[in-house]
Amino acid sequence: MAGTRPAMTVRQRSRLPKPFLQLSPSVHVRPPDPSLAQPRSARGQPVHLDPLFLSRLQWSWVIAWHIMLPAFTVGLASYIAVLEGLHFFTREEIWFRISGFWTRIFAVSFGMGVVSGIVMPFQFGTNWSRFSDATANVLSPMLGYEDLTAFFLEASFLGVLLFGRKLVPRWAHFFAALMVAGGTLMSSFWILSTNSWMQTPAGYKVVDGRFFPVDWLAIIFNPSFPYRLAHTVTAFYITTGFVVLGVGFYLLRRDKSPEEARRMVRMALDLLIVLVPLQMLLGDAHGLNTREYQPTKLAAIEGVYDTEKPDALSLFGIPDDAAARLDDAVRIPHLGSLILTHTWNGEVRGLKEWPRTDWPPVWPVFFGFRVMVGIGLLMLATAITGWVLRLRHRLFEAGWYGRLCQFTLPLGFVAVIAGWVTTEVGRQPWTVFGLMRTANSVSPSLTGGDVLASLLLYMAVYLIMFPTGILFMAGIVRGGVPGEPEPQQPIEGLQPKTPVTGPAE
Amino acid sequence: MTDVALDLIPVWSVILGIGVFFYVLLDGFDLGVGMLYGFAPEASKDLLMNSVAPIWDGNETWLILGGVGLLAVFPLAYAIIIPAVYFPILAMLLGLIFRGVSFEFRFRQPHVRRFWNGGFAVGSAVAAFAQGAVLGAMIQGFKVSGRNFAGTSFDWLTPFSVFTGIALMLGYGLLGACWLILKTEGDVQAWARRMGRIAFIAVLIAIGVVSVWTPLMDAGIAARWFSWPNIVGLAPVPLITLAIAYGTWRALNGDSQAGPFAGAMGLFLMSYIGIAISLYPMLVRPVYTLWDAASAPSTQVFLLIGTLFLLPVIIMYSAWSYWVFRGKVRGDMGYH
Ligand code: HDD
Ligand code: HEM
Ligand code: HEM
Repeated sequence: MAGTRPAMTVRQRSRLPKPFLQLSPSVHVRPPDPSLAQPRSARGQPVHLDPLFLSRLQWSWVIAWHIMLPAFTVGLASYIAVLEGLHFFTREEIWFRISGFWTRIFAVSFGMGVVSGIVMPFQFGTNWSRFSDATANVLSPMLGYEDLTAFFLEASFLGVLLFGRKLVPRWAHFFAALMVAGGTLMSSFWILSTNSWMQTPAGYKVVDGRFFPVDWLAIIFNPSFPYRLAHTVTAFYITTGFVVLGVGFYLLRRDKSPEEARRMVRMALDLLIVLVPLQMLLGDAHGLNTREYQPTKLAAIEGVYDTEKPDALSLFGIPDDAAARLDDAVRIPHLGSLILTHTWNGEVRGLKEWPRTDWPPVWPVFFGFRVMVGIGLLMLATAITGWVLRLRHRLFEAGWYGRLCQFTLPLGFVAVIAGWVTTEVGRQPWTVFGLMRTANSVSPSLTGGDVLASLLLYMAVYLIMFPTGILFMAGIVRGGVPGEPEPQQPIEGLQPKTPVTGPAE
Repeated sequence: MTDVALDLIPVWSVILGIGVFFYVLLDGFDLGVGMLYGFAPEASKDLLMNSVAPIWDGNETWLILGGVGLLAVFPLAYAIIIPAVYFPILAMLLGLIFRGVSFEFRFRQPHVRRFWNGGFAVGSAVAAFAQGAVLGAMIQGFKVSGRNFAGTSFDWLTPFSVFTGIALMLGYGLLGACWLILKTEGDVQAWARRMGRIAFIAVLIAIGVVSVWTPLMDAGIAARWFSWPNIVGLAPVPLITLAIAYGTWRALNGDSQAGPFAGAMGLFLMSYIGIAISLYPMLVRPVYTLWDAASAPSTQVFLLIGTLFLLPVIIMYSAWSYWVFRGKVRGDMGYH
C-alpha cells in the first residue's frame, strides 16, 4: 500500500501544512490493511451483517437526526435572545408574547437535541473505539471544552429561561436567554472544530499509530474550520429563518395572532436577504478550500473522473464509479474552472489521479451537493421575491407568496442534511482524512448481530420520538401566540407552571 | 512528551472522581424520582415531575463530563470499557431518551399521557440499572488484548453485575425519595418517607451484600481490605457508613426535611469511597492502571487549564439555578 500512493503527497499538496506533507499516512498510522478497506463481503461476511457497515449506518442515523436539532435550536436560541432583548429595552408586551411562543417550541426541540446529543459522545466509544484510542489525545479536549463551555451553560440557564420568568428579575431572564444562545454557539464552535480536524488534520504528530498534539492553535483552527464554522452557523440561522417565515405566514393564513405573525415575517425576511447571499459566498469559499485540502472530495462533488483543464461544470449527470465516468452529463464549458479556480482555464483534477481505494463513493456526494445548492438557489429566489413584494407593499396581500413560504419552511433542514452528506461521505474512505481509514476505526469486539440489534433499537426509538416531537411542535404552532400574558404576580415559594404550558388542553 | 515533569494523573483522578460523583448524586436523585413516579398516586405525579423539571438537563450534563473526561484523560480505558459494555450503554442512552422527552411530551398530549408516564418511569429505571451494571462490570474486569477489548458484548452480564444494577436502582430510589421529602409537604411527603424507608432497608442490604461479594470474588480486593495493617486503617469506612445509616434512619422516621437527603448522600459517598479503595490504582481491571491508560501530558495540561477555571464557574451558576428553584414545589402552581 505504502508504495502505491506517492501521488498523495508531492504535487497536489503544495500548500499543505508541514506535518501533513511529511507523513506518508500509510507508514505512520497503522498501515491500512487493503483487505480492511474492501467491502467485507469479499472476506466471507454478508455485507448487511458487517459490523463496520452497520456501525456506519448507525452513526449516520443518529448524527443525521441530531444535527437537525442544532440546525434549529442554534438559530432559535439567538432569535429568542433577540426577542427578549427587544422586550427588555422597548418594554413592548408583544415581543414578550412572541418570545413566549417560540420558547415553548424551543423547549421541545431543545429537549430532543439534548437526548439525541448525549448519544453522540458515547458512539465514539461503543462503535468507534479504535478511532477514539488513536485520536483522543488530539480531539478529546475539544469535546471536553464543548461540555465545559457550552453544555453546562445551556443546561443551567435553560431552566431559568423556561420556568424562571416569574422567579427572577427581567434582566436576569434576558441574561439567561443570552447565555443559552451563547452556549449553542460555543457548542457549534467546538464540535465543528473537531469535525474539521478530521477533514483537514493539522498540528499533530503520529507516534505508534496514535495522534499526539503538537500545536493546539493549529489543531483548533485547522484549515477547513473557519469555513465550516461560518458556513454551518449561517446555515443554522437560515434554517431557523425559514421556519419563522413559514410559521408567520401560516398564522396569518389561519388568521391567528396577525400582528405577532407580521412581525415574525418581517424579521425573518430581514435576516434572510442578508444571510442567503452570504451563505453562497461562504459556500464558494468553502469549496475552494476543499479543492485545496480534499481534492478527492471535490472531484466527487463535481463528478470529475478525468483531470480537466479547462473544466466544464456538470450541472447534472449520473456518476458511474465502476466505469469511472459521468453519464448523461449536462455540461457548461469553462464554468467549472471559473467557479472552482476563479480562472477561465483552471485545472480540476479527476479521481483517476488517486488509487481507487482512496475514492469516496461519488453518487451521494455528487447528488447531496446538488440538492444543497439547488435549495440555496430556491431560498435566494424566495427571499428576493419577498423583498420585491414588501417594497411594493404587497407582502401580506399576495396569498400565493404565503403559501410558497409554507412550502419552503422545511428546506433548510434538507439542505443541512444534504450538505453534511456531501462533507462526510466526501471524506470517505477516511475518518481522519488521508491518515486513518474508516475501516480501521471501528470497535474490533463488535459482531454484526450486536450492531444490528442496537441499530434497530435506535431506529425504533427515534421513529417514536422525533415524529411525536414534530407533531407536538405543530400543535403549539396551531395554537397560535397566546394572548395577553398573565399579570406578573409575586410568588411565594416556588414552582412555576409545567414545562411551559402548552396550548389549552 | 515528557516535557511536563508534574504528574497530573492524581489531579485528574480527583477531578473526574468528583465529576462522576456529582453525576451520581444529581442525576441519581432525578432518576430516582423518575422510578418512584411509576408508583406515585396519580394526583401527585405532576408535583414529582415539577420537582426535577428545571434541573434534570443540568444534572445529565455531568454524565457527558464523565464520558468525555474519561475519553480525554484515560482514552485507553474509554476505548476498552465502552465497547465492552455496549449493551448497558445502549440501554442507558435509550432510557435517558425516553425519560428526557417525557418531561415535555407528557404535559401536552393527554391522550398519550399514559405512554409517556410509563416512559418516564421505565426509562429512569433502565438507565439506573444500566449504570449499576457498568459499575459491576468495572469491578469484575475485562478481557483485554493490546489496546482493545477482546471479549464479547455479553461478557459483562453476570449475576454480580445484575446485582450491582439492582443495587444502584435501589440507591437512586432512596436519593429520589429523600429529594422528594425535601421538596414536598403533606401527603406527598408522607408517601415519600414511606418509600424512602423501604428503599433505605433495601439499600443497606445491598451495600452489605456487595461488601461481602466483592472480596469473595477477588483475592486482591480481599487482601486490600483485610490484610494487616490495612484492616485497621480502613476500618473507619464501614464504621462511618454504619453511623450515617443510623442517622439517616432516624431522619427518615422523624420530621427532618433535609436530613434524609443529607444522609443518603453520605451513604453514597461512603460506598463510592469504598469502591475506589477496592479498585485503586486499577482502572481497566486487571490490566491497566490509571497511569497506563492516561492520555498525553500535553492533552492533560491543555484541558486542565480550562477546567480549573471553568469548573468553579459552572458550579457557581449551577448553584444559582438550583437557588432560583429553591423551596417546596407547590401543587397549586403546577399543571392542572
Ligand atoms: C454545529 C452544531 C452541532 C453539531 C455538528 C453537533 N452538535 Fe451536538 N449539540 C449542538 C450542536 C451541535 C447544540 C445546538 O449545542 C445542542 C442541541 C441541544 C443542546 O443541548 O445543544 C447539542 C447537543 C449535544 C449534546 C447534549 C448537550 C446537553 O446535554 O445539553 C451532546 C452530548 C452533543 N450535542 C454532542 C455532539 C457530538 C458528539 C456531535 C458530533 C459528533 C454533535 N453533538 C454534533
Ligand atoms: C462534528 C463532529 C463529527 C464527527 C466527529 C464525525 C465523525 C464521523 C466518523 C467517525 C465517521 C465515520 C464512520 C462512518 O463512516 O459512518 C463519520 C461518517 C459520517 N458522518 Fe460524521 N462526524 C461529525 C459530524 C457529522 C454531522 C454533523 C453529520 C450530519 C449529518 C455527519 C454525517 C456523517 C455521515 C452521513 C457519515 C457516513 C459516511 C459514510 O458512511 O460514507 N457527521 N463521521
Ligand atoms: C448555493 C450555495 C451553496 C454553496 C456553493 C455551498 C457549498 C458547500 C460546499 C462546497 C460544502 C462542502 C464543504 C466541505 O468540503 O466539507 C458545503 C457543505 C455544507 N453546506 Fe453548503 N453551500 C451552499 C448553500 C447551503 C445552504 C443553503 C445550506 C443550508 C441552509 C448549506 C448547508 C451546508 C452544510 C450544513 C454543510 C456541511 C457542513 C460544512 O462542511 O460546512 N449550504 N456547502
